[in-house]
Amino acid sequence: MGVASSLSDASAARPGLWQRLDLKWAVFGVAVMLVAWLALVPLVFLLWQSFYTPQTATVAAEFTLGNYYAAYSSFETLRLFLNSVQFAAGAALFAFLVGTLLAWINERTNTPFKALFFGLSLIPLVIPSILFTVSWILLASPKIGIINLALQSWFNTDTVFVNIYSMTGMIWVDGLHYSPMAFLLMTAAFHSMDPSLEESALMSGASVLQVARRITLKLAWPAVLAAVLILFVRAVESFEVPALLGLPVGIQVYTSSIYEAIHRYPSQIGLASAYGVTLLLITALVVYFQSRLSGQGSRYSTVTGKGFRPRAMDLGKWRYLTAAVFILYLVIVVVLPFLVLVWSSLQKFYSVPTVAALKTLTLDAYRTVLDNPSLGRAVWNSLLLSLGSATVIMLLTSVICWIVVKTRIPGRSLLDNLASLPLMFPGLVLGLAIMIFYLNVDIGVYGTLWIMLIAYVTRFLPYGLRYNMISMLQIHKELDESAAMSGAGWGATFWRIVLPLLKPGLIAGWIYVVIVSVRELSGSILLYSPGTEVVSIVIWELWQNGQYVELSALGVMFIGVLFSFVMLAQFAGKKLGIKEA
Amino acid sequence: MAQEQEQSLLSVKGLYTEYPNERGQTVKAAQDVAFEVPEGKLFTLLGPSGCGKTTTLRSIAGLERPKSGEIRVGARTVYSSATGVFVAPNKRNFGMVFQSYAIWPHMNVFQNAAFPLQVGNKRLSKNEVREKVMRVLSAVALDQLADREATKLSGGQQQRLALARALVMEPPLLLLDEPLSNLDAKLRERMRFELKRLQREFKLTTVYVTHDQSEALALSHEIAVMNEGRIVQIGSPREIYQRPRNRFVADFVGTTNFLDATVVAIGVGDDRCRVATALGELEVQCFDALSRNDKVVISVRPEDVEISEQPPESGGGYNVCRGTVDAKAFLGEHLDFQIKAGECVLLARAHPSLRSPVGDEIYVQMKPEKCIIISADAAPGRARFP
Repeated sequence: MGVASSLSDASAARPGLWQRLDLKWAVFGVAVMLVAWLALVPLVFLLWQSFYTPQTATVAAEFTLGNYYAAYSSFETLRLFLNSVQFAAGAALFAFLVGTLLAWINERTNTPFKALFFGLSLIPLVIPSILFTVSWILLASPKIGIINLALQSWFNTDTVFVNIYSMTGMIWVDGLHYSPMAFLLMTAAFHSMDPSLEESALMSGASVLQVARRITLKLAWPAVLAAVLILFVRAVESFEVPALLGLPVGIQVYTSSIYEAIHRYPSQIGLASAYGVTLLLITALVVYFQSRLSGQGSRYSTVTGKGFRPRAMDLGKWRYLTAAVFILYLVIVVVLPFLVLVWSSLQKFYSVPTVAALKTLTLDAYRTVLDNPSLGRAVWNSLLLSLGSATVIMLLTSVICWIVVKTRIPGRSLLDNLASLPLMFPGLVLGLAIMIFYLNVDIGVYGTLWIMLIAYVTRFLPYGLRYNMISMLQIHKELDESAAMSGAGWGATFWRIVLPLLKPGLIAGWIYVVIVSVRELSGSILLYSPGTEVVSIVIWELWQNGQYVELSALGVMFIGVLFSFVMLAQFAGKKLGIKEA
Repeated sequence: MAQEQEQSLLSVKGLYTEYPNERGQTVKAAQDVAFEVPEGKLFTLLGPSGCGKTTTLRSIAGLERPKSGEIRVGARTVYSSATGVFVAPNKRNFGMVFQSYAIWPHMNVFQNAAFPLQVGNKRLSKNEVREKVMRVLSAVALDQLADREATKLSGGQQQRLALARALVMEPPLLLLDEPLSNLDAKLRERMRFELKRLQREFKLTTVYVTHDQSEALALSHEIAVMNEGRIVQIGSPREIYQRPRNRFVADFVGTTNFLDATVVAIGVGDDRCRVATALGELEVQCFDALSRNDKVVISVRPEDVEISEQPPESGGGYNVCRGTVDAKAFLGEHLDFQIKAGECVLLARAHPSLRSPVGDEIYVQMKPEKCIIISADAAPGRARFP
């Protein structure tokens, strides 16, 4: 729309107009500056720190290449890199295979109850990574893992059947936890594929296999590659699994090395920064390829966003097998992990399930956790941070999206990229960068909730941006032009027309940000201080202290609350959605 | 014309608009567009898509900023490149109906219509707002539906609501951007009358943009036909249809037969001259000064090509020739004949009662006043029908 650019010309020409346009330009200016601040400051200071020695009260920072030397001189470096890649690639491929199988079953077959399976298999997305990891330790650790103990007593040996403290274990846990993400990505890919493309191949005389190989796979290729790359970035950023499963047995990846470098004494911020920059380079490279790919993908007519209803394949009797696959999957990712947490939360001291242990069931752990005064504060902090960051993000990105979509201000696409920049920041690296900056630039936020709010807003800004952008693109420009013709200024138009029309995306994005920020651990772990713990930090501390029972009790309650919040949000969303339609 | 003495409410002078397209090239959307609209009249910008009519309308609205020119409404200048005046759209106080209607889906009918009264610096009491809104809603027969969700309205109702919303603040000028194009054919015809009634009843000064010539002819006091950014002819609907100034207008407004011709004799009676065509010599109407041997193009509307199985009576026997029926199409209300006469193919529109079979000989008669000479600027072409 030409108004914005024309107005800017007018305001430049005639200072008298400034007063009238004040609000709009003030809001634009603040939004752009905030985004630039959030996205660029951590990046710049991370780079700066990686080339300098730490600044202390007595010694000023000096330029050095020592950090990179320390990071790259040892033979360990190669192992670190290989470990990281092996772990991330393994977890991404595993998640992708599981997710694609499920997506195919769900989209293209007549498996019974698939709608129900679809809803249930998304549950792991709600479970915080640290709880999922802990529950798999309780299931498959060589010493206390229920699976090992059950099999050992069954076969009457003391062989260790499964060992979660291994590269395979790490890949298994992380891949499983993020398989629902792959499931969603591939469902979308299958869904947006025009079935007539396959049908016309069938009509040309191709066999089902030929169709799958020469049409379906070829068409889905960009989506497949994009999904794998997203999963790879996600896995290389993963902190909880490598920290809990890898560190005890010395399998290091970048994230866990950064954590270790900070928590060594004296802490080696420079070395951590060098690792952080390396990790950032990897994610940036992959994110760049992924965005190039999706840019190219637009020439594939399969990615139309149009919802097709593909013909479901009749599997005959085999559909019970696919249903069984779904049930097995649900048992592994939802039922077993949750049950083991429930079981351990009802014990006094952690013990494996036996008939004898059944008699000692107690709710003591819940009492201990609830009586703990620091928990109340952590819950309050978590609430404040997640609601606060979700609200700030959605309002901020709605203005950014307006500028990008509805104005012709030069450089607006740069703004879009800037706000998407934090996408490539692993949580731990972002936390590190923000820590470095506010340690060096003392404006009184270090050690307060504000620094965590800054971290959360930065980290989840791109997600809010996506939600708002999709909604903003759907608002026909005549809807806001007609408000201008009705005499409404920018403020009134934005508040009374644009925001209400954005509502579906705004609310969906808000809920998403609330959920992910309540689970947030890797960004907070370097930034919290006594008094500003959040719930996920309390869980982390309980793990460090070996209080598995209390941890389980807190975890069960945490999952319960998160789950009910999602249910409630979906219910409310449906009601709102109906009204919007 | 009588209108020239009336007070003109909207005056557009020397309007040039350009904008960059996706590839960064400059698109010249409006070129030296100038016209005046007298108070209470409906003025139509008619032209094919991409001719600059919507850009011109949006420049009047203030949604687009022209490159140069001047736009004045009454005594108020809303845009002038000479003095650097540009009034923001929300300060212009014009009513506008958009092609998509732009009904806000999150508001009900009443809230949509009340919005213009609640924003800006207007300070109206709740009762005043209610009274004004209900008055305008009843004018478009939506007062019974005031509490309905805007999304539950039919296409025609949405169109009327968009009109009500544009009228509620009693604008000096009403801008309509293809307001009927989203309706189905039947409804479009009904809404056309409805729109005309409202416009005439409230004497709304209106600028109407359309690509539909029948809409333009039915509604307007005056029409400006646009092509490639320029106004090619301004006139009353009758003038535009009956005396098209050039080939583009004749072709775009209605259907017509073109005949290449050479002037043989001038001054044959009132505004008549004789021309030689592939059909033989014809006596035709001409308004411009011409001389012998000038190359011209003759336009004859299909409904003015009278055909009969018998030779016409000698009384009206001007411009008669013989041909054969080449093809015909039954269209319900009338019958279209394609007639081959010598080298030419003529399109004729006849009453369905005429049943001459294909291949039969047929007589063609064209009254001289219906054969219009249009400017010779048009590229020479063979006789054809669109």
